Amino acid sequence: MAVTCQCGGERTRKLEALLDRYRGQPQALIQVLHQAQEIYGYLPREVLKKVSLALNVPLSQVYGVVSFYSFFTIHPKGRHRISVCKGTACYVRGAEQLLEHLREELRIKPGETTADGEFSLEVVRCLGACGLGPVIMVDEDVHARVMPERIPDILSAYRS
Amino acid sequence: MNLYRAHVLVCAGAGCISSGCQGVKNALLESISRLGLEREVKVVETGCMGPCDLGPVIVVYPEGVFYRKLKPADAVEIAEEHLLKGRVVERLLYRVPEDGRTAATFDQIDFFKKQTRIALRNTGIINPESVEEYIARDGYRALGKVLSSMSPQEVIECVKKSGLRGRGGAGFPTGLKWEFSAKAPGSPKYVVCNADEGDPGAFMDRSILEGDPHSVLEGMAICGYAIGANQGYVYVRAEYPLAVQRLSLAIEKAREYGLLGQNIFGTGFSFDVEIRVGAGAFVCGEETALLASIEGRRGEPRPRPPFPAQSGLWGKPTVINNVETWANVPPIILNGPEWFASIGTEKSKGTKVFALAGKVNNTGLVEVPMGTTLREIIFDLGGGIPGGKQFKAVQTGGPSGGCIPARYLDVPVDYESLTQLGAIMGSGGMIVLDEDTCMVDLARFFLEFVQDESCGKCSPCRIGTKRMLEILERITRGEGRDGDIELLEELGHHIKSSALCGLGQTAPNPVLSTIRYFREEYEAHIYQKKCPARVCRELVVYTIDEEKCNGCGRCRVVCPAGAIFGEKKKPHRIEVEKCIRCGTCMEKCKFSAIYSL
Ligand SMILES: Cc1cc2nc3c(=O)[nH]c(=O)nc-3n(C[C@H](O)[C@H](O)[C@H](O)COP(=O)(O)O)c2cc1C
Ligand code: SF4
Ligand code: SF4
Ligand code: SF4
Ligand code: FES
Ligand code: FES
Repeated sequence: MAVTCQCGGERTRKLEALLDRYRGQPQALIQVLHQAQEIYGYLPREVLKKVSLALNVPLSQVYGVVSFYSFFTIHPKGRHRISVCKGTACYVRGAEQLLEHLREELRIKPGETTADGEFSLEVVRCLGACGLGPVIMVDEDVHARVMPERIPDILSAYRS
Repeated sequence: MNLYRAHVLVCAGAGCISSGCQGVKNALLESISRLGLEREVKVVETGCMGPCDLGPVIVVYPEGVFYRKLKPADAVEIAEEHLLKGRVVERLLYRVPEDGRTAATFDQIDFFKKQTRIALRNTGIINPESVEEYIARDGYRALGKVLSSMSPQEVIECVKKSGLRGRGGAGFPTGLKWEFSAKAPGSPKYVVCNADEGDPGAFMDRSILEGDPHSVLEGMAICGYAIGANQGYVYVRAEYPLAVQRLSLAIEKAREYGLLGQNIFGTGFSFDVEIRVGAGAFVCGEETALLASIEGRRGEPRPRPPFPAQSGLWGKPTVINNVETWANVPPIILNGPEWFASIGTEKSKGTKVFALAGKVNNTGLVEVPMGTTLREIIFDLGGGIPGGKQFKAVQTGGPSGGCIPARYLDVPVDYESLTQLGAIMGSGGMIVLDEDTCMVDLARFFLEFVQDESCGKCSPCRIGTKRMLEILERITRGEGRDGDIELLEELGHHIKSSALCGLGQTAPNPVLSTIRYFREEYEAHIYQKKCPARVCRELVVYTIDEEKCNGCGRCRVVCPAGAIFGEKKKPHRIEVEKCIRCGTCMEKCKFSAIYSL
């Protein structure tokens, strides 16, 4: 599947500009992947191929790096990304129960996206707001001291 | 430049953001402009001020009045009363928990009074986006002093004499590390800041980056001069976008002022810093993995030696230090090594920032002299355990650390004492645990973390921790067997001695330390099939006390598994086979008729 489809023009232009800036610089791989993922929301195969060519890094090595770092994803994410903190501080304050409620509410497991493409769920290790656990992050918003009862309200604020 | 009559510092650390500081700030700004005070009062955002559970918090200068737990409406009141009429809003002040007295300023609040702030000297006090405010608090004076009046060797001697040790985990003497790099052949040399802060439960590095980014840049530049490096890198975890943004701005401003870049202060010394953003791998906090990641590769550790000081980035001599370590450098240069060495214990000098979290009242950041006891940190500063519960243990050092039980609360905290207790200082995460925490489950939690984060390069770590995790999972499910504890110990010692990097070498610590201090809890799980803290689900049995139950039916309605039966007004009962042990019924029964065993 080519990525130069419907909305492609703008994104492709951005990607090309990005690749031009780092052409022939293998050490920039991780930073380029970050920015590419920002443009597309994930890392489609076509994009990885282009990155491989531009930076002069074998495609196998590009995949090696993408699979090593949990921040990178080759699957499209939901419109809203929910990250449940399962760091120690949140764990001892009930993160596990929270995650369970979210799984039931959304009917997906961590790493998956709801059928309507609205939410994706993931587990992260510490969002740095440990004093206020349990913490979840929806897109850029951090929600603190989340009790399971609050989940429906929090989610409905994002539903389109 | 406009001179403001008052400054309002709004904490914009992660904690306060999540408790709604943006709304408070906006309300303040609107009120200030409505009251026509824009030219008299300035509002600035800062990094975490420390007392996160009181958030959102703000401080009004020049008086230094501290307001807490604000809502946007409160901010309007503060603008109208305090900023316009000069009347402190009593209602919004901090109250001393013991007697309800109000305390208006930092120096009246125990939480701040009992701290010694060196690394956090500016967080919560200056506007992190303003290089001018950093300079006004002696910022970049240490760099000026070094460049104008000290030789590189003198700088290294000064840091050595101060006794500063790495704050990122291992506690290696910082001056010594610099000396190794300075003497190592090879050029160019590099300076790296480790801002990967992977220990889940620690957020001091973040607070420094978000609240006082220049202190880190200044420390790095001083090291650059000392070892002869002209390029620095800060490796920040991707989960900290605000830190990345603050740091980029700080680098830009420092360049503008000629504090970074070519020919700094006209001395001919050049030093610049670039940011590298991580991508979510805990092992990248390990120094050799971090360097691999900066080079754009998979973050897999490699054996040491050679140490980065000899062969680091692109095989060149590289000093890598932690954020908090860097922030300590400028005050050491300015106030002298003797001053720094006068604080702390015999072998651990200066202060340490701890992130208090878990079952403790005052969650947040505290900076105290090395040698402060755990009791002082957890009870005097941390305000003890909420809900009248019993303190059980404190977990320090994250996944590499251990749990320290109540009988050691009076041990003075330093690198050596914590290691002796089977824990470690680590980066300063301190998770307080109360009677509701199951130590076996916590050990399982940490091993699950390690399993997730192991890079898989060496088998003791990859396979050994997996075996340990399987055993712990069995025990917490009630399928523990005689000999499991011994097996865990044996595996643990084997992994510690044969894993390739620090992650594997320390991974068994949470298990070994909980066995050491809470062996009877393991035994209760294995032999009596009981979880004393009632955390391990499979081991908890919910029962209805027929004497107390009046048959209201509430539990039957809320039970998600349909496991409760009974007629109205008659005692109900729980069918054990159907019960999924969610605990909802016990929570909802108004007559305390349901108990768990
Ligand atoms: C698995 C693992 C994770 C680590 N994570 C961090 C980290 O997040 N931040 C940090 O400063 N040091 C971390 N370290 C320690 C670094 O390897 C290194 O010792 C440190 O950055 C040196 O700086 P310092 O001497 O100033 O402490 C980690 C070590 C290991 C083995
Ligand atoms: S000890 Fe674990 S993390 Fe370290 S190199 Fe071996 S497998 Fe990787
Ligand atoms: S809620 Fe309590 S009192 Fe009511 S039926 Fe259940 S056990 Fe009995
Ligand atoms: S613990 Fe949960 S599943 Fe079991 S009886 Fe009570 S409500 Fe039902
Ligand atoms: S452990 Fe959840 S925010 Fe740190
Ligand atoms: S984030 Fe505001 S006090 Fe910690």
